[in-house]
Amino acid sequence: MARAVGTLDRQGDVVPASRRSVTALRGAGLLVALAVLVLVALLSVALGAKPIPLSEVVDVLVHRGTSNEAVVIWELRVPRTILGLAVGAALGLAGALMQALTRNPLADPGILGITAGAAAAVVVAIAFLGVTSLVSYVWFALVGAAAAAVVVYLLGSAGRGGATPVRLALAGTAISAALMAFIQSITLSHTDVFDEYRFWAVGSLAGRDETVLLQVWPFLLVGCLLALGLGGALNAVSLGDETGRALGAHLGRTRALGAVAITLLCGAATAAVGPVGFVGLTIPHIARAICGLDQRWVLAYSVVLGPTLLVAADVVGRLVARPGEVEVGIVTAVVGAPVFLALVRRRRIAQL
Amino acid sequence: MTVVTAQHADPRLPGRALCVGGLSFRLRARTVAVCLGLALLALVGAAVTLSTGDYPIPLPDVVRALVGDGSQASTFIVVTLRLPRLLTALLVGAALGLGGAVFQSLTRNPLGSPDIVGFTTGAASGALVALLIVKAGPAGVASAAVGGGLATALLVYVLAWKRGVQGYRLVLVGIGVSALLTSVNSYLLTRADVVDAQYAAAWLTGSLNGRGWEHVGPVAAALAVLVPALLLLGRRLRMLEMGDDVAKALGVPVERSRLALIVLAVGVTAVATASAGPVAFVALAAPQLARRLTGEPGVGLVSSALMGSCVLVFSDLAAQRLLAPTQLPVGVMTGAVGGVYLAWLLAREWRSGRS
Repeated sequence: MARAVGTLDRQGDVVPASRRSVTALRGAGLLVALAVLVLVALLSVALGAKPIPLSEVVDVLVHRGTSNEAVVIWELRVPRTILGLAVGAALGLAGALMQALTRNPLADPGILGITAGAAAAVVVAIAFLGVTSLVSYVWFALVGAAAAAVVVYLLGSAGRGGATPVRLALAGTAISAALMAFIQSITLSHTDVFDEYRFWAVGSLAGRDETVLLQVWPFLLVGCLLALGLGGALNAVSLGDETGRALGAHLGRTRALGAVAITLLCGAATAAVGPVGFVGLTIPHIARAICGLDQRWVLAYSVVLGPTLLVAADVVGRLVARPGEVEVGIVTAVVGAPVFLALVRRRRIAQL
Repeated sequence: MTVVTAQHADPRLPGRALCVGGLSFRLRARTVAVCLGLALLALVGAAVTLSTGDYPIPLPDVVRALVGDGSQASTFIVVTLRLPRLLTALLVGAALGLGGAVFQSLTRNPLGSPDIVGFTTGAASGALVALLIVKAGPAGVASAAVGGGLATALLVYVLAWKRGVQGYRLVLVGIGVSALLTSVNSYLLTRADVVDAQYAAAWLTGSLNGRGWEHVGPVAAALAVLVPALLLLGRRLRMLEMGDDVAKALGVPVERSRLALIVLAVGVTAVATASAGPVAFVALAAPQLARRLTGEPGVGLVSSALMGSCVLVFSDLAAQRLLAPTQLPVGVMTGAVGGVYLAWLLAREWRSGRS
């Protein structure tokens, strides 16, 4: 390269100066996003039915103490915020992973049938096994999500062509429709199940104490690590099956590992707070708008932006209807939908 | 009037061009056979629906009752109870199939059905507001559903407008708006009394239970106007499928045709939703099922409508009889059966390596 002005990296390749500055810019952007996330998390601890000044929040967080504020913060708001952070990161990451794997800008836990699988399992648990505690939902939701993911994947990859984006989306839609009908047939004939289900199905961080988080965190952690490790492989996948294979990518392995990560992340997150839409759909689009198409950066940004959106939405939900609150699933939809629509109008999303 | 037939030029699409006066149609033997077969199937479904149930009536008695020559009991059961429900199923199915076919063809996407483009969810939101907040009666709920659906469709179209409406953007915007409305719907359901909420949820499933002649009239009248208009515009639909540039070059006013087609498709779907609720999956599955039977490259309007009727009639039959005396809403059946059937069909087709 005649104009390669730059330094040598570890492999001895020439790294152009422009690429280095892009990397620096992306890193700086990630730090800014991280700072925003910390601020949002602090606000989540400070704001609510009883607002607490930020200075006092910091003081209580550092020194603990026994005041009323300390009890509110440590017993209620900190667990809730941490749960929000964990679930937001999981959903953002799962969305990014799913969109990269299926090369489908519409991929979302809902479209690939995973949410429906979790919901169907939870409904069965409530209706036929007498499960009423949130903690026990987790296991059923996880099994349901995994089963739905496996069925959708098997169906999508039947035959010679393998699991193409369109096949996966169609398979997911078909399985979802069948599962939703199943859920309806149960909820329509059992009033008590319907009553329980409608509050879970709206997606909320309220009333989920730390036992829920204690149940799901191992799944979320494994899912996160697995997802973040796939960044490089996803870059090869994003070039298309033939090119990816020619570049030596293990497409089957990447897809299988990705599916495991998605199931862990979505299943655990959905079990913990119910189906929260739009985080998984919107966050990867925002991430790509900021940092471009390199999947490693998209994943990193999604981990930071996902919880920012979810926790901010939770804070807004607590503020708009004081002393009651609007569930986080509603707020993410109301906040996420315009962002998503703006992106759809602005960028050529169809070409991922 | 002269009728001229000519061999079609394209060898991949064997068929005959049928010219009647100034109009010309292309007829394909397989498509015609499939349409006739579907019509026959719908007729069989109708016969079974009318003659079986808690009070079985032999087929000759059904026919006698239909022509006004039967006993009082069988006339009451057939003409007052079973026939309106059957006709609602036939008409609603056809309307959903048609609406789905137009949307899928316009968006050039098998997922671009009214269910996905936000219309159904919008109708549900309208109905929920009427049911849970205004506490309206059945007529109010139906008109609120149509209003909600139309407003959502208009909103989606306006939001997707950017120097014209591109199919893919329409689907994406529809998905966004529909996801937003889905959460609004579940929010409304959590804020209501549990009995009201469950009634609303039953309506949202889509049901043909207790449909009488007062439901058949409006659907039939609306379809009598909308369907011929849609079939006439069907030719432009074919050209729009080839892409905007080609269609423009062929002299089709692209944006105007697309808007007219969308309005008509939303119209038929709205009418169907008002009388049976948002029945899941028929609009999505019927055109795809019909296309696989006819083997045509695109979705066909007539075959999709007939397929929609068949799907709904047989789903309703199963919903009534399967768990008798419990009467499931037909939406549960279309969702379950349609979903499983589409899954099976996709798997079979992919395994044989045809797509």
